[in-house]
Amino acid sequence: MSKHVASFRTPRGQVEGLGAAHSGTHHFLQQRISAVALVPLAIWFVIAALGLVGANLAEVLVFFAEPVNAILMFAFLFTALYHMSLGLQTIIEDYVHHDGAKLGCLILNRAFMWIVGGSAGFALLRIAL
Amino acid sequence: MSERPTSPGQNPRPYGMPLSPHISIYGWPITMAASITHRATGIALAGGTLFLAWWLIAAASGPEAYDIFAAFAAHPVGLFIMFGFVWSLAFHLLNGVRHLAWDVGYGFKVPTARLTAALCYGLSLLIAIAVFAYAWFGHGAGQ
Repeated sequence: MSKHVASFRTPRGQVEGLGAAHSGTHHFLQQRISAVALVPLAIWFVIAALGLVGANLAEVLVFFAEPVNAILMFAFLFTALYHMSLGLQTIIEDYVHHDGAKLGCLILNRAFMWIVGGSAGFALLRIAL
Repeated sequence: MSERPTSPGQNPRPYGMPLSPHISIYGWPITMAASITHRATGIALAGGTLFLAWWLIAAASGPEAYDIFAAFAAHPVGLFIMFGFVWSLAFHLLNGVRHLAWDVGYGFKVPTARLTAALCYGLSLLIAIAVFAYAWFGHGAGQ
């Protein structure tokens, strides 16, 4: 019995070794790797956006017609949205305890990433190509 | 020996698990504030992706759609959103690096954790103000 008290975990929880997310370290690593990638990408984005302050549409189109800018914007957008979905998922898993509501929130979270990423990505492709 | 319940059947809290103290019982140490702010800025940035998507979609849609976006961006509400986005991004980035340092084992001493938390607040505010000052004055002077 003392073993159980020491670990604060149920025997089944100890055997499975999984938390509220029902999965292992994949999510943790993806969150960190995307975070590291986002450090330079976010800095690039702020500098790029600063260069476009007050720009008219033509100037924005010229900026994204440059492949390097379009590629970096794509990288920032998708890394940020992926990192976002992982982070929001953690928050949902922490605070939404009802299984049905949790599942619904997790699905909405993924849908949000795909809708924002799909539409912004499509728009970016149209500008860049 | 123990009077604690020994199985889940006897008590909804199995094996005498203690109750964790919850938010209302703590003061507001800066490390806790930084942790909460990290999540709050993360959520704010998630909302900010809508603004970012709107910018790109408006640019792809044509001059009329872009004018509507540009007018909103220049409106005080738009400026507030952009300032919030830049500050949130700066804080989340700096505090994210702090978290990455923790992940590899650095910065755990309490005075260090407090100092780095304060630095995240101070530097992120400085960065946001500097970015906006540059956008405001740099744009006016540069055009």
